[in-house]
Amino acid sequence: MLFEKTLRAAALVTATAAVTLTSGAALAQKKYDTGASDTEIKIGNIMPYSGPASAYGIIGKTEEAYFRMINDKGGINGRKINFVTYDDGYSPPKAVEQVRKLVESDEVLAVFNPLGTPSNTAIQKYLNAKKIPQLFVATGATKWNDPKNFPWTMGWQPSYQSEAQIYAKWLMKEKPDAKVAILYQNDDFGKDYLKGTKDGLGAKAASMIIMEESYEISEPSIDGHIVKIKAANPDVLLIYTTPKFAAQTIKKTAELNWKPLQILTNVSISVGSVMKPAGFENAQGVLSAAYAKDSTDPQWANDPGMKRWHEFVDKYMPGADKSDTSMVYGYGAASTLAKVLEMCGDDLTRANLMKQAASLKDFAPDTLLPGVKINTNPTDFAPIAQLQMMRFKGERWELFGEIISGDIASQ
Amino acid sequence: MSAAEEAIAEGHEAVEAVPKRAMTLGTGTSLVVLAALLVVPMFVKNFIIFQMTMLLIYGLAVLALNILTGGSGQFSLGQSAFYAVGAYTSAVLMEHANINYALTIPVSAVICFGFGYLFGKPALRLSGIYLALATFALATAMPQLLKLNFLEHWTGGVQGLVVTKPDAPFGLPMSQDMWLYYFTLAVTVAIYIFSVNLLRSRSGRAFMAIRDNEIAASSMGVNVALYKTLAFGVSAGITGVAGSLGAIAVQFVAPDSYTITLAISLFLGMVVGGVGWLPGSFVGAAFIIFVPNMAESISKGLSGAVFGVLLFLVIYLVPHGARQVAIFGQQLVGKLRKN
Repeated sequence: MLFEKTLRAAALVTATAAVTLTSGAALAQKKYDTGASDTEIKIGNIMPYSGPASAYGIIGKTEEAYFRMINDKGGINGRKINFVTYDDGYSPPKAVEQVRKLVESDEVLAVFNPLGTPSNTAIQKYLNAKKIPQLFVATGATKWNDPKNFPWTMGWQPSYQSEAQIYAKWLMKEKPDAKVAILYQNDDFGKDYLKGTKDGLGAKAASMIIMEESYEISEPSIDGHIVKIKAANPDVLLIYTTPKFAAQTIKKTAELNWKPLQILTNVSISVGSVMKPAGFENAQGVLSAAYAKDSTDPQWANDPGMKRWHEFVDKYMPGADKSDTSMVYGYGAASTLAKVLEMCGDDLTRANLMKQAASLKDFAPDTLLPGVKINTNPTDFAPIAQLQMMRFKGERWELFGEIISGDIASQ
Repeated sequence: MSAAEEAIAEGHEAVEAVPKRAMTLGTGTSLVVLAALLVVPMFVKNFIIFQMTMLLIYGLAVLALNILTGGSGQFSLGQSAFYAVGAYTSAVLMEHANINYALTIPVSAVICFGFGYLFGKPALRLSGIYLALATFALATAMPQLLKLNFLEHWTGGVQGLVVTKPDAPFGLPMSQDMWLYYFTLAVTVAIYIFSVNLLRSRSGRAFMAIRDNEIAASSMGVNVALYKTLAFGVSAGITGVAGSLGAIAVQFVAPDSYTITLAISLFLGMVVGGVGWLPGSFVGAAFIIFVPNMAESISKGLSGAVFGVLLFLVIYLVPHGARQVAIFGQQLVGKLRKN
């Protein structure tokens, strides 16, 4: 009886000691903000699952599937990712409503990869005022790299301006006497490219660029613009357009029997929706640049990174269309976040999350081209800034030359 | 059977006659609703307050459409254009001219009234679906007009304008959200009372006479052209105020915010709330704000389809919207009292 009592007391003491010890250790190491705990990290996201940009919704679905895979493997540092994603219909007021819901009702740690320049502009001020990370936004505008004014916002993909600078650098080196004509869409997307090209050419911009022609996205056809550009007789044509107009441009120049050197924006490099409709024979020799691997390109068939991607898609997104570049994009972005969360360790505060996101060193997700690496620092919030030039040959793109960096100074 | 019930029993036209008595809630009910609107924000999260603010704002916009369609019998799918003009007026005045947010609202009202009145002039020649088409054109054109190059200096082009949210004045101890909610509530109540009185006045009777029979109205001495354009003006003015408040609450204006989808949502809100029943506007606004979220929580991939099914159910079960439910409730209460 007495023995039993002593035993029980001893057990109690041991148990108390153990609890005190572990909780003491926890207090010393583990730090959490709203949205993180010993078992879970809550990440919010908004995507246009409906509305005019709903084709991009697949990015959100890929990310959801990616975090499901991470959780099946035991999570990150033992914590499961709870990925909450809402539809904003590509409408800024709806984006504000959904992001406020994520922050104030779901209480997420961070908002990750929200898509679209207008939606991100609408939520940027709110998130920065509340000091909540707006991490790896899914837009190519340059303004996301502004750590001084918006220390809680960070981009992910190469900005349109840095891509345009790469084309400018290439031109200066390979064709310094070129007479350049630029066809661009009259909105923030086209104007970012225009600015990047001019900045890249620097002092030579005035003499090299002989024509700038813009079109409205509402125009049914841009044939008239091409005829006008041809009349000025440039030998290089920069095509800063969305996919439909890119196909029209390539086709029309061939119809006019005009063969300038054509450089195409990364936005419109899809083989299926641009090069094929334009006609493969018309598209031979067109140049562009890329930072991610093309899932349909056979040269990556034995690439270990892309093999992992194929396994992921087969297992977690069965039946999905593998030629959709959004799935490569979502995989890359989600793995970057996973990397940053891993680096955070047990200090899952919002401040540390931003700190770790701003100290990525040579991180290479499975889906990026060999040599393209993600680097950030406290004054550089532009994770991917490298691209490689490529040339269209036969029925696919062939990469050539070195990886070029288009780093531009933050604003 | 009251006249409204008769209208429901036999009414199959899109816009059936609504007697003015049936256009509002009773005084007692109104006061209860107002008290609830005043008290609830003190006990809920800021996010809910923000949603309630948006509810009032969309409610105002639906109310404006209700005056136009339920009152004067004219269709409009172009309310998003007036909403956009109101929103941009406030945003531009606040950000470029540093004018106080409260002062930008009457300016929006006046500008939108003028815009609506002028648009009402050519619209006089059109009726029914033709008018709906003309206003539809206005709604599709508006986002592109806002992107025009020579306006870009003011409107910010596709990038839009970020608007600063006002703090509570006089050092009142409340959050920005709560202050904006009460501010919006005050504006809403004022406009609601104005609208009720307008529809009960001589002008309101003229609107309804035109709605019911244009020829009869003109033979009785109603200036049809004047009152039709006036209805457009008033409706646009109120929508403009809603747009201004919306811009301040969301803190951002961009052309993509004011597409035809918004106009259709407002139209939907009016039908769900009950055409011609002013309090229904706010029920309709609740429908267009909350039901898409509900649909999304049921199925992400099929949210549009789920929303469609829910909408179909509403239209099929209660074709006269919230008004029908309200009348049913009233009858029920009446019966219970008798027993």
